Amino acid sequence: MDYKLTFKDYADALTKGKLLGLKCNSCGKITVPPKMACQECGETDLEIVEMNKKGKIVTFTKVNVAPEGRENETPYIIALVQLEEGPWIMGNLIDIDPDKVTMELMDKEVKVGFRVFPGDKYSPGNQPRPLFSFA
Amino acid sequence: MRKVAIVGTGHTPFTFATEKTSIELFSEAAMDAINEANLKSKDIQALYLGNCLGDFSEGQAMLQSYAANDIGAFHIPATRFEGACASSSLAIRDAFIWVASGYYDIVLAGGVERAASIGTPLATRTFAMFTDSHYEYPAGMTFPAMFAMLTHLYSKSYGVPLEKLKEQMAQVSVQSHRYGMLNPKGQFHKEIAKDDVLNGFMVTSPLQLLDCCPFTDGAAAVILTSEEKAKELTDKPVNIIGIGQASSGGLSSQKNYLPRLRAREVSVKEAYEMSGIGPEDIDVCELHDCFSIASLIAAESLGFFEYGKAGEAWERGDTEIGGKIPINVSGGLKSKGHPIGATGASQVSEIYHQIRGECGGRQVEGAKIGLTDTLGGDGVICNLIMEKGW
Repeated sequence: MDYKLTFKDYADALTKGKLLGLKCNSCGKITVPPKMACQECGETDLEIVEMNKKGKIVTFTKVNVAPEGRENETPYIIALVQLEEGPWIMGNLIDIDPDKVTMELMDKEVKVGFRVFPGDKYSPGNQPRPLFSFA
Repeated sequence: MRKVAIVGTGHTPFTFATEKTSIELFSEAAMDAINEANLKSKDIQALYLGNCLGDFSEGQAMLQSYAANDIGAFHIPATRFEGACASSSLAIRDAFIWVASGYYDIVLAGGVERAASIGTPLATRTFAMFTDSHYEYPAGMTFPAMFAMLTHLYSKSYGVPLEKLKEQMAQVSVQSHRYGMLNPKGQFHKEIAKDDVLNGFMVTSPLQLLDCCPFTDGAAAVILTSEEKAKELTDKPVNIIGIGQASSGGLSSQKNYLPRLRAREVSVKEAYEMSGIGPEDIDVCELHDCFSIASLIAAESLGFFEYGKAGEAWERGDTEIGGKIPINVSGGLKSKGHPIGATGASQVSEIYHQIRGECGGRQVEGAKIGLTDTLGGDGVICNLIMEKGW
């Protein structure tokens, strides 16, 4: 069975400003990031749909200790965002001084952009990730 | 299925960076287990070895074959288990299944890691390989970051103000270090106070240095045999009476359950049902406290406390020896150390010795039934229930 929405296609779309997901024709729920099977019901009859790139922060952290090769990025904020369509996605939050984040970030509305991680010796080239900014 | 017993264990000291190789560490633990079981290496029919990062820490993959050869268990089938920090629990569970099935009578299972030797930057990078490499790592995901995000989510989900939650979490680390004083095999032998935790370096908000377990080198091993064989080898076998294992996808895919880890609930239910007991029957528990918040999340899903209430339990002393359910009296991952591929086997070793009454100053008197809980990455869980077998 062909993979409906590969990482490459998802990543290419994200770098063109489009956040893609999969709508399940069995249960109607949306899966992002893409998978072979619906995250909610496990069925595989899925179609590609475009997200509206809006959501709210469900949790976050400010990272001070980075993995090897990414030390110059610290401090940075990782956030999990619940999209209006339901799924959660992980990315980085900008628009705020990392040293000033508090629990007040919870539920803050954000919009989704992107920034490319150029990869390292363990990862296969460019990998865009969602970049969140306040709506 | 046949009954299966543990008849011997081995456990190297858990340490900061060592100059011993992974093979040397594992062979020391393995021979201690074999000797304790009154066996010879040639009696071992299969080796199941947990190891995650040999490729990175030593440029050594396929450690299992060299380890079998190293101890003189020539040409036996040797298999590596990689389930991040749960690797050796997975190895022991599979060893149980193969002995229970009747295919083998005597299996050596365990694990080894040099997570300290690798150094913090590369360890942080390689541990991050236990997250989704394409959809989460590009954001700079680290393991402390995962549990930091779960801490904020826990605070919000259960209405525990972050400041109060942080104090409860600090108490988890304080207790672990106190019991760690009594474990000669542990990495730390240093008492800490709540203020030490709350004034520590912020690793990733809100987790501070002493909320986090250390990087550790070490190995642990256990011998599993059929009940019949066990009777020939020891007067005090410890039977494995329940096993569970489950998995999940990346963190974002677990949105319907977080901060609970659904895989744990699936796994421990399987183990409880198989053994015919419940959380109220457990006398002693070793659970996966890679971060202080992880202890609270684990203890709730294992059925010991209500959701959102485990922190209060630690503060009341419910988790101490003499309390409702003694947890991590070995010092846990926090004080004893966390050589990831060896951690599950170390937990099993602790429960084995607790049930045999051999734990000295940290002994839970009269312990007959014990539970281990090991978490790998963000989604592999293995639970094992052991019972006095004599």
